[in-house]
Amino acid sequence: MEIKKTAIAGTLESSDIQVTVSKGNDGIKIDLTSDVKERFGKNIVKTIEEIVNKFGIENINIKAVDQGALDCVIKARTITAIQRSLGTSEEPDWEVL
Amino acid sequence: MENKLERILPDDLMKKYDYKPFETTEIGHPIIQRTAPKVRVSDGDGKVTNDLAKIVKDNVKDGMTISFHHHFRNGDFIFNTVMEEIMKQGIKNLTLAPSSLTGAMNDVAIKAIKNGTVTNITTSGMRGELGDVVSHGALETPVIFRSHGGRARAIENGDIKIDVAFLGVPNADRCGNANGMYGEEAFGSLGYALMDAAYADKVVLLTDNLVDYPNAPASIKQTQVDYVVEVDKVGDPDKIGSGATRFTKDPKNLKIANMVSDVITNSSYFKDGFSFQTGSGGAALAVTRYLRNAMIDQNIKASFGLGGITKPMVDLLEEGLIGKLMDVQDFDKAAANSMKENKNQQEIDASWYADPDNKGAMVDQLDVSILSALEIDTNFNVNVLTGSDGVIRGAVGGHQDAAMAKMTIICAPLTRGRIPSIVKSVDTAVTPGSSIDVLVTDYGVAVNPNRKDLQEQLSDIPGINLYTIDELAEKAQKIVGQEEPLNYTDKTVGLVEYRDGSIIDSIKEVKD
Repeated sequence: MEIKKTAIAGTLESSDIQVTVSKGNDGIKIDLTSDVKERFGKNIVKTIEEIVNKFGIENINIKAVDQGALDCVIKARTITAIQRSLGTSEEPDWEVL
Repeated sequence: MENKLERILPDDLMKKYDYKPFETTEIGHPIIQRTAPKVRVSDGDGKVTNDLAKIVKDNVKDGMTISFHHHFRNGDFIFNTVMEEIMKQGIKNLTLAPSSLTGAMNDVAIKAIKNGTVTNITTSGMRGELGDVVSHGALETPVIFRSHGGRARAIENGDIKIDVAFLGVPNADRCGNANGMYGEEAFGSLGYALMDAAYADKVVLLTDNLVDYPNAPASIKQTQVDYVVEVDKVGDPDKIGSGATRFTKDPKNLKIANMVSDVITNSSYFKDGFSFQTGSGGAALAVTRYLRNAMIDQNIKASFGLGGITKPMVDLLEEGLIGKLMDVQDFDKAAANSMKENKNQQEIDASWYADPDNKGAMVDQLDVSILSALEIDTNFNVNVLTGSDGVIRGAVGGHQDAAMAKMTIICAPLTRGRIPSIVKSVDTAVTPGSSIDVLVTDYGVAVNPNRKDLQEQLSDIPGINLYTIDELAEKAQKIVGQEEPLNYTDKTVGLVEYRDGSIIDSIKEVKD
């Protein structure tokens, strides 16, 4: 699966995470900004990576601005951003969900 | 070495400063020798000057201990004015011993640390950029954190020997009689500064409002004051305190506040003549409003409210629901103003308020205290000093002291964003769990297992869901996931005294 266009999901509100996905050519690159990076940084990156892998995407750039989101929110925002990028929001990839 | 809370303390520093590890909240009845200040005799004339540079030059020497109060809070101009002058004169190696450090002082304090003007600090707390640089090892020696009662004790017994106190006041006469109630920058009670005025060798008042002699009522007296320095402005009235402390609208906080009120009204302490203190956190403040309704419904009046005073408490005083307000500081303008309007609002100094080593502090007479927490652990130990990143961002304040109440209630949301408030072990232990009785969260209530009586009183009450604190900690972790541990170096950047002067915990330099 290839990321073609840049897409965004989420807000900068407290307890949310804003995920921006764009075309990559060097594997899965995640740039994370988070107030809780010391305590949950690895956790957040792992959660995002798992979603990317489920989509079978090999090259992608992700910018994630986290405001203390819980795992379920991180998953939802990542899925939505990727679907918007792939143009599959109307026909979601149910296996990934 | 380890103390009773199993906190690991740095052996070398414990030995160097001759500190004992924390053991117990019991103070007992030791005999204490207090110290007294040196007095430069004067007939009271010639104290007024506008030459701050000369006052600094004549009185502040390398290696001295100087102090300030924080009653102007974020509107303070005094600290910066005096410290800039001290730096200009190249004075070095000072110990800074303010009652606390507010955000308005951060930039100048950092500058003074970086150029070697300040090499030691003892304070109630620090926030923002200052907490950040100290947590990153800006000082060679650890900051000593003391509660308001602990500072009073340390000043009285000489652990803190203040050479020169620089005290800003919104009014003073030519001999040094002053209070905190009148003037453009009035802040109400001078509670913390009264210790400095009584025990510092030199007391320098700074004011922009010289009034006719004799100034009354006087909280600081002419017998204590060496100089009265006229300055342009002591502070920014708009930043000293908001008009009235804003009620939280956060539904989580309101739910917690409501539950705290239920805990109080269903406890055996809720009877005519009870006493209470609230902290300054969102939920703790809102409790007063819920408590008011229960007091009216059940025709119960409080004998006194203690500590930092806010408008909701003043309202209760004026409605006759509280007999007296015992006021060590005022958090808003309404409370500050009330001190001069209400004869039942009594100014108290930090020793009277909370000092363990005297002939009876008010906290020991307190029935109920409602306090906040950054973290509380499954042993009920509370952290109010270091944040989720391990950086200093808070203050001991009166936390350890007010926890001496017969029923101390901690209110905290189960989680703040992704940060859990209920944990297995707090990052920094400030108030020992043995002095905490009840924890109220938005998910439910936990009672300290050593309070079987409260456990019984609070069971089967509609609206109070009792859990063990371990259950609440598990709930929190289930929501947020497993945290990674913080990384610290071996360097100690802070030592936290318990109110009796023993060491309850140490704070390490954070590793980024």
